[in-house]
Amino acid sequence: MIYAGIDIGSNTTKAALLKDHQLLGTHVIKTGYNPLEAGIRVLNTLLEKSETARTDIKAVVSTGYGRSSVDFADKAVTEIICHGAGACFMNPGTRGVIDIGGQDSKAISLDKNGNITDFAMNDKCAAGTGRFLEVMANALEVGMDQLGDFAKEADNPSKISSICTVFAESEVISMIASQHKRENIIAGIHESAAARIAILAAKVRIQEPVIMTGGVAKNSAMTAAVEKRLGMKIKPGILPQENGAIGAALLASKIETPD
Amino acid sequence: MPETIERKTDKREKIKSAKKMRDIMTSYYIEAMSAEQNSKQVAWITSGGPVEPLVAMDIIPVYPENHGAMIGASKMGEDFCAKAENMGYSHDLCSYAKSDISCALVKGGPIGGLPKPDMLICCNNICGTVLKWYEIQARLYNVPLFIFDTPVCHTQYAPEIARYVQAQVKEYIIFLEKITKKRFDYDKMKRVGRLAIKAQRLWKKILNTTAQKPSPMSCFDAFFFLALIVTLRGTQTAVDFYEELLMEMEQRVKAGISAVPDEKYRLLWDNLPLWYQLKWMSNKFSDHKACLVADTYTTAWCSALKYSDENDFLGSLAQAYTMIYLNIGIDQMADQVLEMIKFYDIDGFIMHSNRSCKPYSFGQMDIMKIVQEKADIPVLMIEADMVDPRNFAQSQVETRIDAFMEIIKHKC
Repeated sequence: MIYAGIDIGSNTTKAALLKDHQLLGTHVIKTGYNPLEAGIRVLNTLLEKSETARTDIKAVVSTGYGRSSVDFADKAVTEIICHGAGACFMNPGTRGVIDIGGQDSKAISLDKNGNITDFAMNDKCAAGTGRFLEVMANALEVGMDQLGDFAKEADNPSKISSICTVFAESEVISMIASQHKRENIIAGIHESAAARIAILAAKVRIQEPVIMTGGVAKNSAMTAAVEKRLGMKIKPGILPQENGAIGAALLASKIETPD
Repeated sequence: MPETIERKTDKREKIKSAKKMRDIMTSYYIEAMSAEQNSKQVAWITSGGPVEPLVAMDIIPVYPENHGAMIGASKMGEDFCAKAENMGYSHDLCSYAKSDISCALVKGGPIGGLPKPDMLICCNNICGTVLKWYEIQARLYNVPLFIFDTPVCHTQYAPEIARYVQAQVKEYIIFLEKITKKRFDYDKMKRVGRLAIKAQRLWKKILNTTAQKPSPMSCFDAFFFLALIVTLRGTQTAVDFYEELLMEMEQRVKAGISAVPDEKYRLLWDNLPLWYQLKWMSNKFSDHKACLVADTYTTAWCSALKYSDENDFLGSLAQAYTMIYLNIGIDQMADQVLEMIKFYDIDGFIMHSNRSCKPYSFGQMDIMKIVQEKADIPVLMIEADMVDPRNFAQSQVETRIDAFMEIIKHKC
């Protein structure tokens, strides 16, 4: 039995296939303008990559901001539930999930059976989200994947006091003008985002073991900054960016469909 | 389509009394608009203000807050709020205040603006913003303003608070006598007071019918039917209408007619509604088979009943108007919420952190923690505004509601 999960985020679209409770493969593309088209494209590419026929898929669950655009999905589930399910599947025993997505960051707490007991998300504000880091990376002319390496070289992290992404960007630009070291500014940006995320984690009274998901989890300086803030060990999830799609595929396998 | 979008609106049976209420509200506003021709005086009053003495003096009370709600429900909030901001008011100012201030100047809005006031009655038991808001309007219309100051009772209705507020009841009456150039009618006051208490008791009974399963109405209905207990409290019209509405609710309970088809989950709402998103919100929860059976907002118009004495209305007025939901301590507010959770058998609690209403939103985090600890039910906080849609992000709120409902479904 093969099940598919499609996670249409504000920035990237992810797909995952599960076969007999084993991960068959995943794929990530940019979402672009048309979420439905992105959903079809990511699934077709993944099917091709994993040499699977569309007809072999028994059920599809969609998630993410574009979840209701996926008209061929059997069910639409929020990314909160999918990230919880994905984190538990990939990292059994998980009790807390911190997900930093493109426009949302969230903290999720789970009970010992992997059921979600509470969640908290950022307000209508980009502070502490992937978009925040992206805007800053852009202002500093650094690739998103290089941010972590720069942050680790800091000797005296700058203090970013603005919470608002727009104001923080001007703050960063004035820091550039007054010749702060790029490494220090970047470390400051990580600390600023971590401070916002720590508030969400505290709201849901997060417990160890905590897994970080979302594309940003690949940045080890970010996990370190959150760890420092929370005073807890945080593990980057396995395939963090695809975690939501994996969770969606897992939930697809639980749908009772008529044969 | 994904199965979460399945809708069964057609199965909902409408509440018949709604038409009658619309008619009553229309006549009320027509009467207020034509007050001058009929040699009647108009008083603008805050939603939590002591209106009964006005009714006893034959003064027509008009509520800028009710008007604000109408502006919100007609989706005119953004425009009026932006106008007020252009006048120099802060974006963070209450959207009722902003709407009222700018609407008073342009005479637009859903009913072409409110009738010009002869006096303003401002009671700060609901918030502090009303003080400055009413001062602005008093300057604009050049009319006298009476401030009824009710100190917050963090722990109790202390004797000095009682003395202070009771003294103002007397001043209030002197103020009204001066403006109307008439003696205060104490006999009529007694009759009006009895009617006000009667209407509040009926309102409470109506709200309590939702403890039945399935619930005959939702808080979205309560938000609508609230208008009379606010504007026509102290009149026979309100009593007659609520008697009818109560009867209809009891009939619905008997016939098993529910507000939400196949009601499965029962939720409690905190704070004012999002007036411009009532339909979307109501459908959203209905799709999840969830009924918002009760709310702290509409309950506020009967929560101080225990302090009212129908045989001594004026004597009990001070305490009844000081001890309302928004003017008491956080612990007492949390106790009321916990009582409601038990009484209505609530599965989840939704709190609207309302950008406009600071006294209602301040303390919500503490109430949330108390509820999570003592009632052990999921709590969701939604950040929005009652009138200004610029402070509301639909898809973000939708994701939070969907996830919250998924948690409740799993738990129940």
